[in-house]
Amino acid sequence: MAYDMVPMRDGYGKALLKLAETNDKVMVLDADVAKSTRTNWIRDKYPEKFLDIGISEQDMVGTAAGFALAGMIPFATTYCVFLAGRAWDQIRTTVCYNKLNVKLAGAHAGISVGPDGATHQSLEDVALMRVLPNMRVVVPCDALETEKATLAVAAVEGPCFIRFGREAVPTITDENTPFTLGVANVLREGDDAVVFANGAMVYEALEAAKTLSAEGVEISVVNMHTVKPLDGDCVSKMVAKTGAVVTAEEHQVTGGLGGAVAEYMALHCPAPLEMVAVQDSFGESGKPAELMEKYGLTAGHIVAAVRKAISRKK
Amino acid sequence: MDHMDLAGLQQMCKIVREDIVTMVHKAGSGHPGGSLSAVELVVGLYMSGIMKVDPKNPDWEGRDRFILSKGHVGPVFYSTLARMGFFPVETLGTLRQLGSILQGHPHASILPGFDCSSGSLGQGLSIADGLAMAFKKTGRSNRVYCMLGDGELQEGQVWEAVMTAAHNKVDNLCAIVDRNMVQLDGTVEEIKDIGDVAAKWHDFGWNVIELDGHDLEQVMDAYRMAARYKGKPTVLVAHTIKGKGVSFMENDCSWHGLAPNDEQLAKALAEIRA
Repeated sequence: MAYDMVPMRDGYGKALLKLAETNDKVMVLDADVAKSTRTNWIRDKYPEKFLDIGISEQDMVGTAAGFALAGMIPFATTYCVFLAGRAWDQIRTTVCYNKLNVKLAGAHAGISVGPDGATHQSLEDVALMRVLPNMRVVVPCDALETEKATLAVAAVEGPCFIRFGREAVPTITDENTPFTLGVANVLREGDDAVVFANGAMVYEALEAAKTLSAEGVEISVVNMHTVKPLDGDCVSKMVAKTGAVVTAEEHQVTGGLGGAVAEYMALHCPAPLEMVAVQDSFGESGKPAELMEKYGLTAGHIVAAVRKAISRKK
Repeated sequence: MDHMDLAGLQQMCKIVREDIVTMVHKAGSGHPGGSLSAVELVVGLYMSGIMKVDPKNPDWEGRDRFILSKGHVGPVFYSTLARMGFFPVETLGTLRQLGSILQGHPHASILPGFDCSSGSLGQGLSIADGLAMAFKKTGRSNRVYCMLGDGELQEGQVWEAVMTAAHNKVDNLCAIVDRNMVQLDGTVEEIKDIGDVAAKWHDFGWNVIELDGHDLEQVMDAYRMAARYKGKPTVLVAHTIKGKGVSFMENDCSWHGLAPNDEQLAKALAEIRA
């Protein structure tokens, strides 16, 4: 089946336009990358709802906090690596400690940003955001889900972080696919193993499931779009069903979705676990597909991880 | 509360100074130096009636906002807010204790009359910018105040926010720099000299008012002048003395974050009351 190829950031830009039309409290901030993050769409149509703060990410987060204190719903937007990394203390002390209604949107997440190289490849942001009290962390899987996720974070009170990639990726959800913050979507059911994936790795997991199915191995695939709060009930249920687990994410192997699932499983439902992620290294320049291959983030890597997890079953 | 005349405000400054040294003494830790330098700047704003707040209704929509960027001087605010009736004066004795609303650095969500938690330096002016811009966008006439330390100006984010306010002509914002010349490790000049503070803010596009931050009349005049000034944000560069009012604390960086012992407290109170 051929999927539409659309960048997730387009979903973000579309959602902001929808919000601008329906919610008079929305205010969008960007740090001089509006053309890249798609906040230029709202900038051009509703300039009064947009502020380009310039190249000053820490100031952007603080200013967004001020908008939130005045009752508005600010979306602070920039490249993921500079948002979650550079402005971390501002996010911690000003946004999360005050439990402010600030939405943080990290664009160009993951290694698939490609030729810009390691400085621009955000691979630590989920870990950085996940440790913060009061924060929600959302990693949508395609443009349509990014749109839904953006609308969803606008509708809840409190700090939210949403990260999405630059490249066109297959749109694997449709208008009827449910999206509820904190509720995982089970996309496929099989008893031999389960893959918890998010972001662009959800598509890879579905492709891996096809390959395995041809060999007679049937796996479950779960879109774990919300890393925090983690849908622990779903993890428990799927571990009980399959007894072998793989996580897959475009992020460092430590602290992200794999870390969250590992923490939960260690406490509640121990089972063999393999993690498909970047293995504690920085990236480099290259074409997105080349990098996904080199850094172990393809359907093929998920297939291998599933086989390994199954082999470890008692 | 009724707004005070000059004599009343001067008397209140003494009471607030007594509160500061007393509560830091009891807590056994805290930041007396920068609290004492900011007394007139805070009392002259809050208790003169210039700052629109209602102690009986701390969350009143029509209130002005104060963002304390130098969060370590919580005690001067705790005393001022208590003396205005935002919470009981007896609460001051709980500073820094488990379960107290008076955290070592202020936590807004549990502290009536306080708008935003702070403690990590350099962040407040950005928040104040956002608040002030939001008020303008939504047609509200509230003013926003933000107090920074002079050592704090070594934080780069301050200058990002300075540019944001000037670029967006945020003229409902008044920043206050408590220019007490001393930071934790030494004088500002020794540690990393910030030079001519007034000239820097002027060059960044702000309306600058320099004043003696311990002269209540100058302080109140400056706040009123700032409110009248249109087209640019205003900064009050308030020349002050760190530890003001307690001779052995004045201009001495060791009192940035140190609690007086029993004997020192008695001496401090005697000097303040004199």
